[in-house]
Amino acid sequence: MTRELRVVGASVPRDDAIDKVTGAARYTTDLALPGMLHAAVLTSPHASARIVGVDLEAARAVPGVRAVLAGSDLDVRLGLYLRDKRILARDVVRYQGEPVAAVAADTLDAAREACRRIRVEYEELPAVLDPRDAMAAGAPLVHPDLAGYDHMRGVFFPKPGTNIAHHQKIRKGDAPASLAAADVRIEASFYNPPVQHVPMETHASIAQALPEGRVEIWTSSQSPYTVRHLLSVCLGLPHAAIRVHVPYVGGGFGGKAGLGLEPLATVLSRAAGGRPVLVSATREEEFNTMPSRQGLHSTIKIGATRDGRIAALEATYVWDAGAYADYGVNVGRAAAYSGAGPYAIDHCSIDSYVVYTNKVYGTAYRGFGHLEVLWGIERAMDQMAHKLGLDPAEFRRRNLLKEGDTTITGELFTAGHGKPVECLDAVAKAIGWGQRSDAPSAPHKVRGKGIAMLHKAPAMPTYTSCAAVIKLDEDGAADVLVSGVDYGQGTYTVLRQVAAEELGLPIGKVHLTWECDTALTPYDWQTVASRFSYMGGNAVIQAAADCLRQMRAVAAQALGVASETIVCEDEKAFPAAEPGRAIAYKDLALGYTFANGNAIGGPIIGHGRFIATGLTHLDPETGQGRPAQFWTYGAHAVEIEVDTETGEIEILHIATAVDAGKVLNPLSCTGQVIGGVVQGLGSTLLEGFQFDGKGRLLNPSFVDYKIPTAKDLPRRMTPIFLENPQPGGPYGARGVAEHPMISVPSAIGNALADALGIDYTVLPLSPERVLLGIQKREKTP
Amino acid sequence: METASVPSGLTLLEFLRERLYLTGTKEGCGIGECGACTVLLDGKPVTACLVLAVEADGCSVETVEGEATDGQLSVLQRAFVETGAVQCGFCTPGMIMSARGLLRRNSNPSDDEIVEAMAGNLCRCTGYEAILAAVRVASRPPAEMLTGEATRDGRRLLPPGYSGKDGRR
Repeated sequence: MTRELRVVGASVPRDDAIDKVTGAARYTTDLALPGMLHAAVLTSPHASARIVGVDLEAARAVPGVRAVLAGSDLDVRLGLYLRDKRILARDVVRYQGEPVAAVAADTLDAAREACRRIRVEYEELPAVLDPRDAMAAGAPLVHPDLAGYDHMRGVFFPKPGTNIAHHQKIRKGDAPASLAAADVRIEASFYNPPVQHVPMETHASIAQALPEGRVEIWTSSQSPYTVRHLLSVCLGLPHAAIRVHVPYVGGGFGGKAGLGLEPLATVLSRAAGGRPVLVSATREEEFNTMPSRQGLHSTIKIGATRDGRIAALEATYVWDAGAYADYGVNVGRAAAYSGAGPYAIDHCSIDSYVVYTNKVYGTAYRGFGHLEVLWGIERAMDQMAHKLGLDPAEFRRRNLLKEGDTTITGELFTAGHGKPVECLDAVAKAIGWGQRSDAPSAPHKVRGKGIAMLHKAPAMPTYTSCAAVIKLDEDGAADVLVSGVDYGQGTYTVLRQVAAEELGLPIGKVHLTWECDTALTPYDWQTVASRFSYMGGNAVIQAAADCLRQMRAVAAQALGVASETIVCEDEKAFPAAEPGRAIAYKDLALGYTFANGNAIGGPIIGHGRFIATGLTHLDPETGQGRPAQFWTYGAHAVEIEVDTETGEIEILHIATAVDAGKVLNPLSCTGQVIGGVVQGLGSTLLEGFQFDGKGRLLNPSFVDYKIPTAKDLPRRMTPIFLENPQPGGPYGARGVAEHPMISVPSAIGNALADALGIDYTVLPLSPERVLLGIQKREKTP
Repeated sequence: METASVPSGLTLLEFLRERLYLTGTKEGCGIGECGACTVLLDGKPVTACLVLAVEADGCSVETVEGEATDGQLSVLQRAFVETGAVQCGFCTPGMIMSARGLLRRNSNPSDDEIVEAMAGNLCRCTGYEAILAAVRVASRPPAEMLTGEATRDGRRLLPPGYSGKDGRR
């Protein structure tokens, strides 16, 4: 029996928006602690060099300077999955922009002046900039000590003596033989450049060192507990010695997962005798020092039968990790087990190499490698469809995963996975797929349509868990405590809706604290991977059930009835058969008091928790196993108009369908789709790091690195949600946060091929690149 | 009214945030490219990171903190809340001030005029569509929005389907 939902599924506006439109919302750089110092960082001008000497004396002499540190002062290794990084470079620098020394001073001006006076002597070393070169025998090693680094064993496989930080293999069936025997084959190579997350708030952390090595931190982070855990491991401190607060966060998109500036702020505060220190990245440092999305070189081979069935797929993914592994190794892992697209393929072989280079390092970015691999896969699927003479939508329809198929890691596809084909059909219908486009708006313009599938599962450890606590207030309202971070997605509003639904409270009486605090709010692994509404939602459902159980027990005792007979509704608890004997929540919240003054019960505090279930490590040789708590499938279809004189692409209409399982808040889900699509347009049309021959980043500012503005919107965007429920998801919901960004480039690339008959393989599809493609074709007879 | 004496190199942004503790105005890039620090100087939108505090001598400066009246959100602020124009919120104060600047000089802007006025403010979360809708709604607010209060209780004042669109581009 399905019950009618009151609040879940409604477009509840976000309550945090009230603080944000008034300027009351406090972000990390809005905080000021008594005596707080400001930090500046000196970064490396070289992509690869030995540090011969660092002279800090002149910096120390600048008035107002309280601490000056270089890498030689700090013998600490940091890392998420592989501990390969220093707080400040020690002995060598591995990318241009890497922090080499840092200063904390009374003012930012003094800290910057002191940084300018630091003298560093470098001896330049050969740099390796292309990950394909870095894989070649004899390439300079970015990490000659790779063998000695701690890493997560059994999950990641660094190759000492090479630049390979991780090699993920997927083997299903016999791909080489099936490919050789296939009726039709294609092979194609693709490239995605590294790009930046560009949260409007750059990274910022405040740390205050306390006695006994303890430290208190305020930070713009997606990961309060992961920050605490990694700092605990790296600094050798018990977890309770580190307290991490996360106030409002101005966007993250993966870039604020894991460790950011917290370790540097901590060691500077220690060096400054316990004065709190704010380290805040400049926009240039956000581009050039903080991590980015990895570049990717893909080579994809597909074999198909003449009737349009995929017989085999082989792919090689070479990721440009940059100087440190960070999340990159897990991107290379996750994007490999998703690396053939949402298709039923019996014979599949994927090699995903995460390769060190002397460039700014990569990390998680919305989509976690899926936008990148699906740029190649979904373009290659179109190429195969054309070679077969099949409509690209029809070719996909014949091969999409359906009940009874298995994924490339051997997972059985069930009805509970959702319906990829419904996503395909929905977007095709929305843009009039198969119908002729209207005439272009000018003779030198041409129109085209493209379609692309997307899929992604949360990439997370097999044992990922989180908890929620609900406290009832004196007035019967509820306070929800969690440690996942709402850095813009809207999850907190969704969790309030869930608590209101379960507790029988109006949404206005459910509050959620907007500061995570590892000393006070309950554990959550971290806020990544589109799993917060799913896992946090389940934890809140349990916490609410715990509150109701406690209230029912007290109400039953107060009324002299069995607790099973008590119903909780409309802020009241009452025996099902006697609604007239209701006790208001507010009279149960802190304990029930009888007329004679006797009291029972006590404050109602509910606890709920959730842990990933049924996940396994992947077999190191075959990649077979169960990596995914759930999968979310979707599709984009797009119609574009290309100006053949300027190379500019205008998006006339983009339709995006996601099988959300259940839309918990349509306003927020729509916001995720529109925001994700436009962010995807950035990756498609505008964004990409450019390096010179020595590995120096050429475009670390908004002057040279453009992201979409209000002028760059498609003429029309159509979000479509399907609701094929997810077993185990709260109300049947799946994550949808990252997905709308994935495959936006693929759909537009396919539309461009349709419009021009040119197969573009390199992103971004800038006017220059599009125009050069047109000119090249015109020159080729 | 207070008077302050400031060093000649102090920006208006630094003055607002560090001297007056008006931290609603945000720094997103420090070089006038992102619009997060937009304030109104004598009624016109400027990026406060590129204006020296001394240049504002004798001028009126309006920041996001002045947008609500007696604790009640303005129609523009309500429109941002209700259309879903706010996600992480870091660009929001600058967006509100650019929109206020527009609405002050043109109370009934066309869609193109709204895009033009908002295109100097970067947002990485929302995809802009809801922000443009919020400005449009604020320029043609439904009656419910003129009288209602901020909606912490989850009610939307905005009637279903109301987008303020009147077909003008």
